[in-house]
Amino acid sequence: MKAQSGYFRRQQFSRMMLVLCGVATAMVILVLILILGYTLVNGISYLSLDFITQQSKPVGEAGGGMRDDIYGTFILVGLASLIALPVGLMAGIFLAEFAGPKMASAIRFAADILAGVPSIIVGVFAYAILVRPMHTYSALSAGVALAIIMIPVVARTAEESLRLVPNSQREAALALGISRWRITLGVIVPGAVTGIVTGIMLAVARIAGETAPLIFTALGSAFGVQGLTQPIGALPLQIYRYALSPYSDWQQQAWAAAFLLVILVLGINIVVRLVSRRKKK
Amino acid sequence: MINNMLGQNIKAGAVDGEDSGQLRPQKCILTVEQLSAWYGNRMAIQDISMGIGAQHITALIGPSGCGKSTFIRCLNRMHEVSEGGRVTGRVFMDGQDIYASQIDPVAVRRRIGMVFQKASVFPTMSIFGNVASGISLTRFWSRRRDLHDVVERSLKKAALWEEVKDKLDQPGASLSGGQQQRLCIARAIAIEPEIILMDEPCSALDPISTLRIEELMLELKRDYTVVIVTHNMQQAARVSDWTGFMLLGQLIEYARTKEVFTVPKDKRTEDYITGRFG
Repeated sequence: MKAQSGYFRRQQFSRMMLVLCGVATAMVILVLILILGYTLVNGISYLSLDFITQQSKPVGEAGGGMRDDIYGTFILVGLASLIALPVGLMAGIFLAEFAGPKMASAIRFAADILAGVPSIIVGVFAYAILVRPMHTYSALSAGVALAIIMIPVVARTAEESLRLVPNSQREAALALGISRWRITLGVIVPGAVTGIVTGIMLAVARIAGETAPLIFTALGSAFGVQGLTQPIGALPLQIYRYALSPYSDWQQQAWAAAFLLVILVLGINIVVRLVSRRKKK
Repeated sequence: MINNMLGQNIKAGAVDGEDSGQLRPQKCILTVEQLSAWYGNRMAIQDISMGIGAQHITALIGPSGCGKSTFIRCLNRMHEVSEGGRVTGRVFMDGQDIYASQIDPVAVRRRIGMVFQKASVFPTMSIFGNVASGISLTRFWSRRRDLHDVVERSLKKAALWEEVKDKLDQPGASLSGGQQQRLCIARAIAIEPEIILMDEPCSALDPISTLRIEELMLELKRDYTVVIVTHNMQQAARVSDWTGFMLLGQLIEYARTKEVFTVPKDKRTEDYITGRFG
């Protein structure tokens, strides 16, 4: 009888914990749904073709879009990728294929710390080494700041994907009398390419929404995209500015931009899913 | 250490015996002298000396962990690729020590090819690409037309051409296990090595595929020297000209296959081939 009541209690406890875990999981999903739903409800009303294709207008004038800021975001992401992809990929290849175990763990540690540096500090850093010497906010400095955030992510995911290629592939290629670098480029990297692409996409999704480093570097621009050495607008920056403004029209636009940004990042994540699922087949 | 474990003097193995007429094949393509190999601090093979006969099939038999695979990996400088892999001793090919400091291991592997236990087809490449890889990945640029003859010749030699000639552009991984292993052999042949090392090439294959590869080895013997590591003693007896028996990192006996299997000199060899241990 006593044993049975103990069993009953354990069963109750088990059931309770299961319910708690379920509730916690539901909260995770709920937060995502709330964010998506909230930005959708608030943003969709303002979203239109004009919003994407029109320049912004001064306060008071109705309408106006975020064409330049969308364009600016793409330029900044492109610029950051241009810097971060070669550096990150080569670092990842070095880590996975050429570094000794001690050196690799030291570099990996450094990369993980770099990935953990708060983005606002990266922004301040870019401000100090680029904005001040150049005496101007610029797209270039923002691209560098975003690249610094992107590099460790790209390097580490590239390394992880390269390590997944079985060692037997390296040995088979070595036994054919192929040199190390040709093996890496001809056998190992092609075998890891889906993982590498996934890592790049996730890094792009991450920097597309970064705001803090842009405040110190890109600044934002009311005159459209004027060149790499001039201030430039970006979607997250504009969300920040417009959402804090006292004008209801701008606040509306901030919601629409937020929705656009969420869709952009979500879209990248879905593409990543599709790419990595294709690999599993 | 190993001597103590066995409690007897292994040093007097067959290789160092007096009977010099039987010591090694008449015409050797490889001469191994006092080869020892380690993984970190652990010694895997100890003081092996032997000659590999040119255009012979040389079989290495012995229980698991006796160092057979390590030994043939030393013959094309693949052992040093393993973590902690270290080698002492000398291996002469045409009078040149392949472990001499000025020798590039990559160049050694061009002359001494290798086929592994598990068919290691490159999954991102087509059948054609796999066979051509040893050539295309060592040149700056190569046209398919130039590679085609080599690919066809290699696949024919590996007895795979008839089965794949209509689907050369399909992925190499789409073939069956036995076909994949023959694809690996074709890939090894394509770079025209002089010696082909085979590390238990049939252990993952069914009897029919095994038979095909054995026939293939006999075929290859005309142009190449083959060294095969095998767990299958019938296989060694069927295909090889010379057989070496290894135990605990040492070469216990090395002689003509017929002698090893009919009149083994060492008690341990006899015990092993009659199935009394191992």
